[in-house]
Amino acid sequence: MFSYVFMQNAYLASTIIAIICGIVGVFVIARNMSFLTHTLSEIGFAGAAFGLFAGWSALGGMLLFTTVSSVLVGQLSAKTSRRESSISAISALFIGLGILFISLSNKNASYATNILFGSVIGIDAAAVHQLIWLSVAVLAVIFVMYRFLTFDSFDPVGASVHGLWTNVISIVFLVILAFSVSVAAQVVGSLLIFILLTLPASAAKYFSHSVVGMMTIAVFLALIGVWGGLYLGYVTNWPVSFFIAAIEAGFYFCALLIERFKK
Amino acid sequence: MTEPIIALDHLTVSFPGHPVFSDLNLTVNRGDFLSILGPNGVGKTTLMRTILHQLKPTSGRVVYYPSRREVTVGYVPQFRNIDPEYPLSIRNFIELNFPGFRLPWLSRNERLTTNAIIQQTGLTQIEHRPLGEASGGEKQKAYLAQALVEKPDLLILDESTASLDPVTKTELLDLVKRLNETSGLTVLFVTHDIPMARRYSNRYLMMSKGGTESGRIQDLSDQQVWRSDHV
Repeated sequence: MFSYVFMQNAYLASTIIAIICGIVGVFVIARNMSFLTHTLSEIGFAGAAFGLFAGWSALGGMLLFTTVSSVLVGQLSAKTSRRESSISAISALFIGLGILFISLSNKNASYATNILFGSVIGIDAAAVHQLIWLSVAVLAVIFVMYRFLTFDSFDPVGASVHGLWTNVISIVFLVILAFSVSVAAQVVGSLLIFILLTLPASAAKYFSHSVVGMMTIAVFLALIGVWGGLYLGYVTNWPVSFFIAAIEAGFYFCALLIERFKK
Repeated sequence: MTEPIIALDHLTVSFPGHPVFSDLNLTVNRGDFLSILGPNGVGKTTLMRTILHQLKPTSGRVVYYPSRREVTVGYVPQFRNIDPEYPLSIRNFIELNFPGFRLPWLSRNERLTTNAIIQQTGLTQIEHRPLGEASGGEKQKAYLAQALVEKPDLLILDESTASLDPVTKTELLDLVKRLNETSGLTVLFVTHDIPMARRYSNRYLMMSKGGTESGRIQDLSDQQVWRSDHV
């Protein structure tokens, strides 16, 4: 399997993505942003479609759309009472835009399928390099902002009283999230992005009571999911995304069961 | 010699069509233990939020000495929205209050400070328990420990002891009083509990619909308390 360059690239890319998603996912769960992450994945689809329409790369279009819209969504959903409605409205708008750009770009349906469901097997060395640079940027920002991000994510009341610039921290996090969504879309596709950004971290919180512990477990579970998904996709010729989704959902349900037995 | 830490200067806060309090003047000195008393709805929490700069006053100002940046403020609310599945342990929750552009892991000094506060607040036995699984009293102790870990100059207890049993309430307030006496911690204690206010504080601010009164706690009469509840 590893004698094929495309499988080497796929494993390298998915390893990077699993690390990013495991780490960022812990903040997504702490900030209750699972639904927003789902919306960003749909915005990512629209961005990729726009990229194709404009003659850019899909990743370029995704980065543009997710970054701009994440800040917009974050601001619109600042009030909890209108958060879900605002996210739904923006989600609907961007799915429509995605369909429009696919239609205008005269690409066939397989492009849309690739964007929606991912095409990790088709990742080349240049795309892997691009992923590495983006991931290093995301990790560097998290490293520098770590203490602010953890305080604001796990205790927004305390962070606000402390006088932290919680609005700025929130915007920085949304941009990090937008980058992560765009990066992860390469493997699982924009439709299933939230799998890697939410499920490993959701399961991890039942096994560790520290931020670093949760990150370590979330990265581990994400790695098992993507490595297992790639292997099973290779031997069965079924979609990799299906296996990743099944493995991560399995981890989450197991975590819930274990938690229930513990209590 | 008394040295002010905070002053309320002709402070007025109004919501649209609804004045909360007006023309409030008060100077709080370093080392004061000031009880803020009064029935529900007179604006005690609004006053605390204004002091914390979370609310903008309609007129007047809150002045910190020497400046807001140089005064560390700890805040312990009555209630925080902590989910029963909140994952962080009590220790990790306390350690959140070391923000800054620093390395992600704690320094030796930060760890030692956390250890000392955990010991002082009696949380040693349960420091590794998830905060979401802690009892109401344990949570309040954790909130207090988190506020104390940054060694505040001013501590605001916003009805933080209201839901606690008498033993836990006394334990917490004994600790705060000890810090008040030994390290000069200034305390703003929002409460309905007049006996506790009399026991721990040296000054009071009585808020009521009819206005505000302040003075030494030993001068607070039962008539004033009764009047504030009935105006």
